[in-house]
Amino acid sequence: MRQWNTRKALREERIAAGANFATGKLVQPETLVDFLEAVLRPGDRVCLEGDNQKQADVLAKGLAAMDPARIHDLHMVQSGVVLPEHLDVFDSGIAKRLDFSYSGPQSARIAKMLFGGKIELGAIHTYLELFARYFVDLTPQVALIAAVSADRQGNLYTGPNTEDTPTVVEATSFGSGLVIAQVGSIVDTLPRVDIPGDQVHFVFDAGKPFYVEPLFTRDPAAMTETQILTAMLAIKGLYQPYGVRRLNHGIGFNTAAIELLLPTYGEKLGLKGKICTHWALNPHPTLIPAIEAGWVEQVHCFGSEVGMEDYLAARPDIFFTGPDGSLRSNRAFSQTAGLYACDMFIGSTLQIDLAGHSSTITANRIAGFGGAPNMGSDARGRRHPSAPWLQAGAEADPDTAAPLRRGRKLVVQIGETFGEGNAPLFVEKLGALELAEKLDLDLAPIMVYADDTTHIVTEEGIANLLLCRTADEREQAIRGVAGFTEIGRGRDKAMVERLRERKIIQRPEDLGIDPLDANRNMLAARSIKDLMLASGGLYRPPSRFRNW
Amino acid sequence: MEILHFDIAAPIPAAGTRAMALVGVVASGNLEVLVVRGDAPDRCAIEISTAAHGFRDLWDAVVADFVGRRAAGGLRIAINDGGARPDTVSLRLAQGVRMIEEPEA
Amino acid sequence: MSNIRQSWYEAGARERIAALVDAGSFAEFVGPEQRETSPHLGIFDLPAQFDDGVVVGGATLDGTPVLVAAQEGRFMGGAFGEVHGAKLTGLLRAAKALGRDVVIAFDTGGVRLQEANAGEIAIAEIMRGLVEARMAGVRVVGLIGGRAGCYGGGGLIAGCCSTLIVSEQGRISVTGPEVIETNMGVEEFDSRDRALVWRTMGGKHRTLIGGADVFVDDDAAAFRGAARAALAGSARPLSDRSASPHPFALSEVEGLGPIDDASTSLSTNERGGRPGLDLDTLAVEQARLERRIARFGDAADATDIWRTLGIDDPKAIPDMPSTAFATLAAQYRESADDAR
Repeated sequence: MRQWNTRKALREERIAAGANFATGKLVQPETLVDFLEAVLRPGDRVCLEGDNQKQADVLAKGLAAMDPARIHDLHMVQSGVVLPEHLDVFDSGIAKRLDFSYSGPQSARIAKMLFGGKIELGAIHTYLELFARYFVDLTPQVALIAAVSADRQGNLYTGPNTEDTPTVVEATSFGSGLVIAQVGSIVDTLPRVDIPGDQVHFVFDAGKPFYVEPLFTRDPAAMTETQILTAMLAIKGLYQPYGVRRLNHGIGFNTAAIELLLPTYGEKLGLKGKICTHWALNPHPTLIPAIEAGWVEQVHCFGSEVGMEDYLAARPDIFFTGPDGSLRSNRAFSQTAGLYACDMFIGSTLQIDLAGHSSTITANRIAGFGGAPNMGSDARGRRHPSAPWLQAGAEADPDTAAPLRRGRKLVVQIGETFGEGNAPLFVEKLGALELAEKLDLDLAPIMVYADDTTHIVTEEGIANLLLCRTADEREQAIRGVAGFTEIGRGRDKAMVERLRERKIIQRPEDLGIDPLDANRNMLAARSIKDLMLASGGLYRPPSRFRNW
Repeated sequence: MEILHFDIAAPIPAAGTRAMALVGVVASGNLEVLVVRGDAPDRCAIEISTAAHGFRDLWDAVVADFVGRRAAGGLRIAINDGGARPDTVSLRLAQGVRMIEEPEA
Repeated sequence: MSNIRQSWYEAGARERIAALVDAGSFAEFVGPEQRETSPHLGIFDLPAQFDDGVVVGGATLDGTPVLVAAQEGRFMGGAFGEVHGAKLTGLLRAAKALGRDVVIAFDTGGVRLQEANAGEIAIAEIMRGLVEARMAGVRVVGLIGGRAGCYGGGGLIAGCCSTLIVSEQGRISVTGPEVIETNMGVEEFDSRDRALVWRTMGGKHRTLIGGADVFVDDDAAAFRGAARAALAGSARPLSDRSASPHPFALSEVEGLGPIDDASTSLSTNERGGRPGLDLDTLAVEQARLERRIARFGDAADATDIWRTLGIDDPKAIPDMPSTAFATLAAQYRESADDAR
């Protein structure tokens, strides 16, 4: 006779074993490693937060300190491989298999370990895709999460950096898994309840806040004239003609420059209220001047950003906040917003090939995908129309009858033709292809596919791939904005001129922009201190950004 | 250091009367461009000092683009390169031309 | 917002000079077209700069002839090398010979490692030149507010100036934060704690502790105003001032004339109020420094010093806006007692 509650029964066993090291739900201090060894089983599927920003760092250290003879061959499923401990567990044999999304800070080490056979790779996902699988075939048996504080009943306050936690807990707890939370303190009354206590089984008081880094702060002092030029091109050549109001910016200096040009260059073009009103975006400090100048109606955030907490709490008309006043972020919903409720994604990449595929993977670094492929893709499940979406769709496919012609999300790659270390942005063969060959992968890890990409913006101009009708046109359109890279110098000059006549390529001069006009004086803020002043002192920049 | 010399036809003559213009700073990813008046109004002489060896072809392409696009005729240009990218080089050269064409203070 | 104000911090050496002096009055000495570049950097495969990272020359400030210098902090961190140092040495010797006041915009991390010997010698020669000029009645005003700060030998030279004008972003010290950490350990000084770095060496602290005389906003116009105010009350009678539009021809310097005899031995009373450098001044400065150590030597952090100065809420200082800070500083800063 089949048993139908085996998972619940196993969870009860884990809880009983863990109770030896806990008082109620609170794990006793100094017993973390023993506790983890008691509640885990070899081969468990474990989700460790591992978010883009916040890290359950104390739980990660505890996990890495376990005895691999007792607990081994774990299957880790996590958004972010960020801390050294996230990979230490593979080195020691505590973990064996990995499904993840983003590995930016560990991109070199994870590449070495994957090539060296130390990690059995399930797959690299986007954030939303991994979350989706938490509910289908990658449901965690144990989740190690990070929260700001808890009460004795296990209710959790996750605060501004709520990020992935509700999604992880939903899948784990209701899938009969065990939820263990690391918190900075235990309190009598929480500011608000983000995760109800009956979804949480154990709480560990780490005695200090969880680890979190400022990932979305870009210092305006580092912005170059070239980045400002690309930003001007984007605003005048894309935002204006398509009338983009709902959008997501991938993080980077080019997009940060766009944010800082809205109150100045955007104002000069008369675009306030017509573009950039609704955002799926982390709280970029560089958006402060635009918000203060009245450009922005609403922003939903994937996570928070160190130093922005007071500013966000003071702008509840713009940001999503709880009854306690602080930000509530939610990565899963922001990702969904980026997919279905935004008309444009614009971001940066490391390599673009002649078809228009782009990737951040190079020979020795595997950074994963994060959220970019969701943001940077055309959601074919979308049904509601909007002007930019319909306009792009018409450019891509002028022949189909309008009522049967879906729109297209604008998916824009922006960057300088030569990137960090003077490495060219444009290449013949992507490092991602070489990686696929090396690791014998079914799919090359492409960040944004060619058929999703609608435009490429460099300091040389804008390439509109929607208007290209052949692979040849596409290739020359890309070469035509590839500047002095080898790819750019290999262009068919005559064909590029013809593409320019058809406005498939637009140079700065075609848009009335002289590259010499790009000037740091155009930035609404030229330093981190300027951003702080623009926020009325509410933005408290982390120490690393201070020069006062 | 690698020293590169170019002496090429520059169809667009530089205007103005300033004797000298200086743009840029020798810092990582940047360059200094010193522009003075030369002899032949339809030619441009460029001397480049750079620690990045073996990029003659790239400089060639940048210089060719510069003289085709900007008023480089009648100028002598000296560059100290701090490892700048080609687009930065183009920008500084254009800034140098604009500055030497500025009216005297 | 920041579009209206010209940031001193952002400006390069030439832009700073242009902002300081009367329009069109600047005549450069040993300019870039002369290509007096470093004879040493090529050995290290390092690019040179035509002016070797310092711009020197003559100009007028409100019609008064002065000598000016500005270091380019973005070239090799504004560090002193052989040619860079020689230009400053020559400028100060000319200042003494001509009886002209000097304005120096510092932006330096100290001496170039690649030219260490020449750089160190230059620091000493500059200090000597500066002191001899001051003994002859010349004022030397230092402006500090750039990216590189004023470190190493630059900090020593700054300590010899008649007046130091500093902004919040400016830093003055001899040893830099990373070197302190390397030598004394991160518990003693965490160089990545930038708030700590600025509390310890930054413009606000230097103003409060008497290490700088005038505090200004990060604004080229503010630096200009403060420099002019510092030089107001000329050391020499009006009849000696040149009236030509370019009062400073290079030949004047090369020929070392006209030399103003009156300026070579003016006493404190004869000069327009501001003390020159003589034994009395040094004695007063020595006493001030001794008093400073006695008063603040036990402080663990700048906030302790500010509290001792009588400031109620020292933690509010770093984020205090410039105008409010300047008002507070005027009231509470360590008094200078005619030193410097």
